[in-house]
Amino acid sequence: MIQTRGLRKSFRSRAGRETKTVEAVRGVDLSVAEGEIFGFLGPNGAGKTTTLRMLATLIEPDGGEATIAGADLRKAPGEVRRRIGYVAQGGSTWDESTAREELVLQARLYGIGKAEARQRASRALEAFQLAEFADRKCKTYSGGQRRRVEIALGIIHEPKIVFLDEPTTGLDPQSRAHMWDEIRRLRTDGMTVFITTHYLDEADALCDRIAIMDHGEVVAEGTPADLKREISGDVVQVGLDITTTPQAAQALDGEAYVRKLETVDDGGLRLYVEEGATAIPQILRRLDQAGLALHSIELHRPSLDDVFLTKTGRSLRES
Amino acid sequence: MKLARDTWLIFQRQFQLLTRNPVWVFVGVFQPVMYLLLFAPLLKPALNAPTQAEAYKIFVPGLLVLLAIFGGLFQGFGLIAELRAGVIERSRVTPVSRLALLLGRSLRDVVSLIVQAVIITLLALLFDLRVVLGDLLLAYLMLALIALMTSAVSYGVALKVKSEDALAPLMNTVAQPVLLLSGILLPLSFAPGWLQGIADWNPFSWAVDGTRALFAGDLGNDKVWQGLTIIAVLAALGVYWAARQFARSVR
Repeated sequence: MIQTRGLRKSFRSRAGRETKTVEAVRGVDLSVAEGEIFGFLGPNGAGKTTTLRMLATLIEPDGGEATIAGADLRKAPGEVRRRIGYVAQGGSTWDESTAREELVLQARLYGIGKAEARQRASRALEAFQLAEFADRKCKTYSGGQRRRVEIALGIIHEPKIVFLDEPTTGLDPQSRAHMWDEIRRLRTDGMTVFITTHYLDEADALCDRIAIMDHGEVVAEGTPADLKREISGDVVQVGLDITTTPQAAQALDGEAYVRKLETVDDGGLRLYVEEGATAIPQILRRLDQAGLALHSIELHRPSLDDVFLTKTGRSLRES
Repeated sequence: MKLARDTWLIFQRQFQLLTRNPVWVFVGVFQPVMYLLLFAPLLKPALNAPTQAEAYKIFVPGLLVLLAIFGGLFQGFGLIAELRAGVIERSRVTPVSRLALLLGRSLRDVVSLIVQAVIITLLALLFDLRVVLGDLLLAYLMLALIALMTSAVSYGVALKVKSEDALAPLMNTVAQPVLLLSGILLPLSFAPGWLQGIADWNPFSWAVDGTRALFAGDLGNDKVWQGLTIIAVLAALGVYWAARQFARSVR
């Protein structure tokens, strides 16, 4: 559905008298299959939105190529526009208009006739449970209601692919769960969904496949399960004082059962081990021998954050 | 065909929002009305005009051009609000014509200007202003072209600067000398030679002269076609430039 090769974009920003070139996206290769929910995971500023905006024809890439729903992004952006829907992060509804007016207008901007546009608007209002306040001004809506109007606007022309930029940012947990259901329903309706998110649980629970992005590059791509399996084994997190952390690292580094060892910034260690249950007693014994006291010890299965950590050297929660 | 349809869609939407809040048309007309009621009476003695009607024939066209310039130049503020709400981006992901995104909005501004111009003209009739209908319509055409140009330029600049804080001083800086150099409040025939020389380079000065000739019933005056041509060319350039801003990336 989407194929990209070497997609690049840099911006010039001015800080005082100097102009600096910021490479927002440095060569992104992606392939998204038909009918999947594809997630773009990464911290803020990783280049997710820029990539999305390039794919949605809103900004022109500096280099690289992309085919979207069979249309060439560089050569036929008009054709791409007809086949995709795009829902921006910051909203797209006008306070003084009603949801119905917005939907009819949006459909008509896609070249749909008046009668058909009205029908589609009514159907969308039903489907997104907006019918009740369809004729009230958008400024009266709650955050979740407004987000639903925006998604409805993005798919009013029945696109093959819909891009959703951070669809659940700023929503309360209940609206968020509701939004996940809506997004899954889009897939059921046969659409390919491309979302960006910086929520690990969202990428994990919602997406069929994800690409992890950092500093303008894709550092990993696959299903959440595969990515987690890649860093096989368990993670043992040991809580230590920041002063004793280096000694503990020295004591445990090189032990046969420790496959990888990382220092946590505010004290403590993160150990990647084959099997947590057998490793923990050995870790405790070793630290005891070295005369080091620990605050806590935790065992967990690798999460997407661990994937992020192994690929980028820092935690997504910290960045 | 597609351009006409798209322009109509955008115009309809913008016009509907305007009629939902028509108070802005009257806020816009308030200041010129004040000039008409509180400033214009000073003009008969000041200009040495034989009658009050003569003084209005000189003043009202200038006032209308002023309204067209300012009404247009400050439309960009509305666009920045739309930009911030994401409405522009939402339009730009559709295949809608980029020129239509501009024209639909500018035409709404032209219509609202003409409504204001009619209000002013009707009020001026109460002060014994008389003007031939055909000439008046041509004068309205001039005003429409001015508003089309200034609103297009304002939209283009708004898309470039993207912030009210930058747009307001920018537009004021442009508007002030343009206003003073166009002989709107008093005819530039009073001006010393050097000032007239500078004013000759101000297209709005030509527009004011042309509009005044029309109000004076002097249709054959060269100033009429010269003013119309200059403004029409500039309006076309303004629209072309601003439409390119709509097509370019908005970040």
